[in-house]
Amino acid sequence: MSIFIDENTKVVVQGIGAQGTFHAKRNQAYGTEVVAGIHPKKGGTTWEELDLPVHATVKEAVEATGANTSMVMVPAPFTKGAILEAYEAGIETIITITEGVPVHDMTEVYDTVVRRGGVRLVGPNCPGIISPGKSNVGIIPADTTMPGNVGLVSRSGTLTYQIMHELAEAGIGISTCVGIGGDPVIGTQFLDVIEAFAADPDTHAIAFVGEIGGAEEQLAGQWIRDNIPDTPVVGYIAGFEAPEGKQMGHAGAIVKEGGEGGESAAEKKELLEGYGISVAMNPSEAAQLMIERLG
Amino acid sequence: MDLVEFQGKQLFGRNGVPVPPVGAICRTVDEVVAGAEAAFADGASAVVVKAQVKTGGRGKAGGVKLASSVEEAREHGGSILGLDIKGHTVNVVYVEPASDIAEEYYLSVMHDRVSKGHLVICSKEGGVDIEEVNRTNPDAVVKRTLSPHETVAGLSRDTAMEIVTQANLPAEVLDGAADLLVALFNAYRDEDATLAEINPLIRRPDDSVIALDSKVTLDGNAAFRHDGYAEWQIPGIDADDPLEAEAKEKGIQYVKLDGQVGVLGNGAGLVMATLDVVAQNGGRAANFLDVGGGASADAMAESLGLVLKDPSVKSVFINIFGGITRGEEVANGIIEATRRLGDFPQKLVVRLDGTNAEEGRRLLEEAGHASVVAAATMQDAAAKAVELAAQA
Repeated sequence: MSIFIDENTKVVVQGIGAQGTFHAKRNQAYGTEVVAGIHPKKGGTTWEELDLPVHATVKEAVEATGANTSMVMVPAPFTKGAILEAYEAGIETIITITEGVPVHDMTEVYDTVVRRGGVRLVGPNCPGIISPGKSNVGIIPADTTMPGNVGLVSRSGTLTYQIMHELAEAGIGISTCVGIGGDPVIGTQFLDVIEAFAADPDTHAIAFVGEIGGAEEQLAGQWIRDNIPDTPVVGYIAGFEAPEGKQMGHAGAIVKEGGEGGESAAEKKELLEGYGISVAMNPSEAAQLMIERLG
Repeated sequence: MDLVEFQGKQLFGRNGVPVPPVGAICRTVDEVVAGAEAAFADGASAVVVKAQVKTGGRGKAGGVKLASSVEEAREHGGSILGLDIKGHTVNVVYVEPASDIAEEYYLSVMHDRVSKGHLVICSKEGGVDIEEVNRTNPDAVVKRTLSPHETVAGLSRDTAMEIVTQANLPAEVLDGAADLLVALFNAYRDEDATLAEINPLIRRPDDSVIALDSKVTLDGNAAFRHDGYAEWQIPGIDADDPLEAEAKEKGIQYVKLDGQVGVLGNGAGLVMATLDVVAQNGGRAANFLDVGGGASADAMAESLGLVLKDPSVKSVFINIFGGITRGEEVANGIIEATRRLGDFPQKLVVRLDGTNAEEGRRLLEEAGHASVVAAATMQDAAAKAVELAAQA
């Protein structure tokens, strides 16, 4: 098994410009069942590069193809509208790659789609999800990994690839890798993914990559201690050297100046270790710790 | 994006949040004198000269002073302009007619990461550090989270009244404070702020309440619907680090830090990890720089050029994971970038991993650039970069 996406995933792509087409084509070549592109003004035409139909609305695409998943790659100003459209069309899993979405837009989207709508939203500002051998939705380079039993969840794209790559070199594959994204408001939290991994019979160990800012890693750590104390869990928190009050690339990667604490990498590491979780000092060490735990 | 006090007050004022009479924005002592003369001529009994910097603790640092005469304002202008407050040089002061203060409160609206909604904080104890009040007397601080569907039409007057009443503000000011909070919430939402804070919110002798100070943070991601926040970008006010300003102009994610090892990599997480590994090897990073996904020759040349402009950079650690952009493309980007930049004294330690990394490393070796040192792992590369910085 795997979580969130698998061989039954049918993807529509919202945002079929150069970027959307490039990545959707890669996803299709990997074996992902991409079923349609969405463009409000090009309904009824063909998406040449993927040889698929274009629908004007997500609703039409769902009716015509039975799509259950959407990959959102529209520009930031249109992202709120695109996610709400997918939600209203009955899409079950909305994976939003776009970065730069305003906080107030995401706050509203989260409230409608996730909190009250109960729909799976991943991202924004995330690399997507891969369940190796089954489906790849987003921009994750699939040849860095292979099927296996480690579940991976991360706020950072490249750090995830690094860990998958080192695990693969040691012959270790993954069940699913979920890039949850680097923004302050994201649809799916660490805890949501870890709960799903805990319920997945094919995920035997979990690796997670956190960052400075927010308090989601701590919530996940507490849940791990209380619910799955025997599952091997390895983590890494990026940003030990990040100064307070400075945003480090990702909009959510900032330790609030004079805040209530708990947002720095050192504080997160200490709290997680208190919950019995091995926290590495860098991504390679995290991969090595996992290899040792599974060896 | 943070606003300075007078900008925050402009933003408040146009959204119906009461503020003191408008003052003068001054860059020189002469302008301070002119501003003070105008205020006294308008009937002010005193003026306040206030440093306009994007940091807290201005009062303690001597950056806020009361003047009851033009001469006194001139003296204060002279002492505050050029002052260094926590690393921020005061280039601009705001000269504002002084307000009569009967009591001081605290009020803010901010985005709340934990509830993914809005958070209103109100306290009867203002003019002091609210975190400190929260620690020593938490009962005096009212915190109310609001979800977006509760505030579709803005903050309701009833909810605002509940909050200020719960904070035990005196009966005489409740109406004014509730109206002000409704306006503050609208300002926060309509202007795409993530923080709109008033400390202190003051009660004047006539029981009216006004924002005596402002702290406003705007969401950089929302700049597209506010003309790029062009109106708030006034040169010289609490200037950014010049390299950070240049990076911003070029659309490069760059943060200046205080070490000697220049750092660039692809992906924010990987770059943060790079800073960590440099520190674990006994060095300090000079900057954070994310070249982004592609790591093309153009992006690489521009980014590397920026890192090398920093005189404190003694060596550079280029940390790239090849994913969709393969190792050989990354290597070619680095080779092309070094060609374009010509001669530079610093050594570049390149750690290339991921898809086709071996091919990329081979290309780097073949190019044989005297400045480029290849490394196989992050640890190895960090150790080399730190060592080279120490020798330089």
